[in-house]
Amino acid sequence: MSKHHVTATINGEATEFLCEPQQTLLDALRDIMNLTGSKEGCGSGDCGACSVIVDGRLVCSCLMLGVEAEGHKIETIEGLAVNGKLHPLQQKFLEHAALQCGFCTPGFLVAAKALLDRNPNPDETEIRYWLAGNLCRCTGYDKIVRAVTDAAAELRG
Amino acid sequence: MPTLSYVAPATVKDAVAALSGASGVAKVLSGGTDLLVQLRTGRIKPDLIIDTKKIPGLIGIKDEGGGAFTIGAATPCAELGEHVALGKAWPGVIEAANLIGSTQIQGRASLAGNLCNASPAADSVPAMIAAGVTCVIAGPAGERTVPVEAICTGPGKTSLAKGELLVAFKLPKRGPKSSDAYLRFIPRTEMDIAVVGCGIDVTLDAKGICTAAKVVLGAVAPTAVIVADAAKALIGNKLDDATLAKLDAAARAACKPIDDKRGTIEYRTKVAGVLARRTAAIAFERAGGR
Ligand SMILES: Cc1cc2nc3c(=O)[nH]c(=O)nc-3n(C[C@H](O)[C@H](O)[C@H](O)COP(=O)(O)OP(=O)(O)OC[C@H]3O[C@@H](n4cnc5c(N)ncnc54)[C@H](O)[C@@H]3O)c2cc1C
Ligand code: FES
Ligand code: FES
Repeated sequence: MSKHHVTATINGEATEFLCEPQQTLLDALRDIMNLTGSKEGCGSGDCGACSVIVDGRLVCSCLMLGVEAEGHKIETIEGLAVNGKLHPLQQKFLEHAALQCGFCTPGFLVAAKALLDRNPNPDETEIRYWLAGNLCRCTGYDKIVRAVTDAAAELRG
Repeated sequence: MPTLSYVAPATVKDAVAALSGASGVAKVLSGGTDLLVQLRTGRIKPDLIIDTKKIPGLIGIKDEGGGAFTIGAATPCAELGEHVALGKAWPGVIEAANLIGSTQIQGRASLAGNLCNASPAADSVPAMIAAGVTCVIAGPAGERTVPVEAICTGPGKTSLAKGELLVAFKLPKRGPKSSDAYLRFIPRTEMDIAVVGCGIDVTLDAKGICTAAKVVLGAVAPTAVIVADAAKALIGNKLDDATLAKLDAAARAACKPIDDKRGTIEYRTKVAGVLARRTAAIAFERAGGR
């Protein structure tokens, strides 16, 4: 089986990796690069736990091949905190208790970041629709929506 | 154990060569939101995946003037939704494309994948057929252009021959007082598969009388259905109660739906009539406002 040599920018760093053609980007991130923040909840595009940003677009890394990352810019949950300082979204999730088991949290944070990157002042409806592809089995969505609203306000300054 | 190969050709010619030269099962990859699910569950076992996204033009939107557009086959639906002029000219096609899945799915899902996956419930398909969209297909014998309705032949089946792939969609020029709309009915508000979908395109005269119409239903038969009687009910008329009743009856008569947990035959048929009324109201209002 021939492995592919892939060059991509991951969280701002030029990265090279070898992966099998059928390996998903999620598996490549987790198993090859040890970036285990992105989770596999369903493997079928329904839960959003594997969310990453590719060239500015939010996608499910479970539905993208690792080889497709060639030449692209990937942002994962590991790139959110800078030098150990939490991103305002992460801080607000803690303050609003917007997580319980935490399995869905990386996906929600990455999805929320993609939203705030393009819309710094989303209303509640916009937040709920944007996050409709992220499922949480324990916390419920109200606290998550409040955390995102609050983080957006802080980021606007 | 069979091994999977992946290629990302840089030209349409190379993609056609790879597709026609493949000895086993070869699959074209656009956004992968259907293909990867099928690959992961083992429903398909391809020997070769041909990724089209490195081919120039396969992702992108070209404004051809007068309401005409060329859309690269693999363009993600999110990109379609962000194109202001496209959404103005073809609000029905774009609202249908933007109904597909979540934000994450929108970031990758394409019109070519939605059409070639050949699900009876594919959202963009009734809207594209209503709008008179055509597909440019490349193959070993060169290029051919066919209407969208010529592609799906049954659930999961297309009329594409070996070595052929879709490279672009062509949206025709738009005359005055014409517009389109798409509505689907799902049991939830997001992230669900259509129980019924309805795409309608109309042209009106200065008095608001319909001079041309196309009505297409999704998810009520093995492929999308063009309801000629429903179009006939609209043409020559304003959208009054009598016209709406005829439209409703024609839409119901065209249904040959399945019975499943998401809707009985009776329910789907009833919803098709209601949805046709609502979609027509939106299309007429949009066309009248031009
Ligand atoms: C969570 C989730 C929600 C979804 N919700 C919806 C929904 O609401 N409505 C809906 O209609 N669909 C929905 N889908 C299905 C899917 O997202 C759409 O059908 C999408 O448009 C497929 O496009 P793609 O580019 O990802 O296709 P791909 O997965 O890349 O391809 C799909 C099929 O088309 C073939 N193909 C792709 N490109 C070409 C080409 N250029 N030429 C020839 N053949 C080609 C492939 O070989 C494959 O068989 C959903 C999927 C998921 C995972
Ligand atoms: S693991 Fe990718 S969407 Fe659930
Ligand atoms: S906190 Fe457990 S799934 Fe969301």
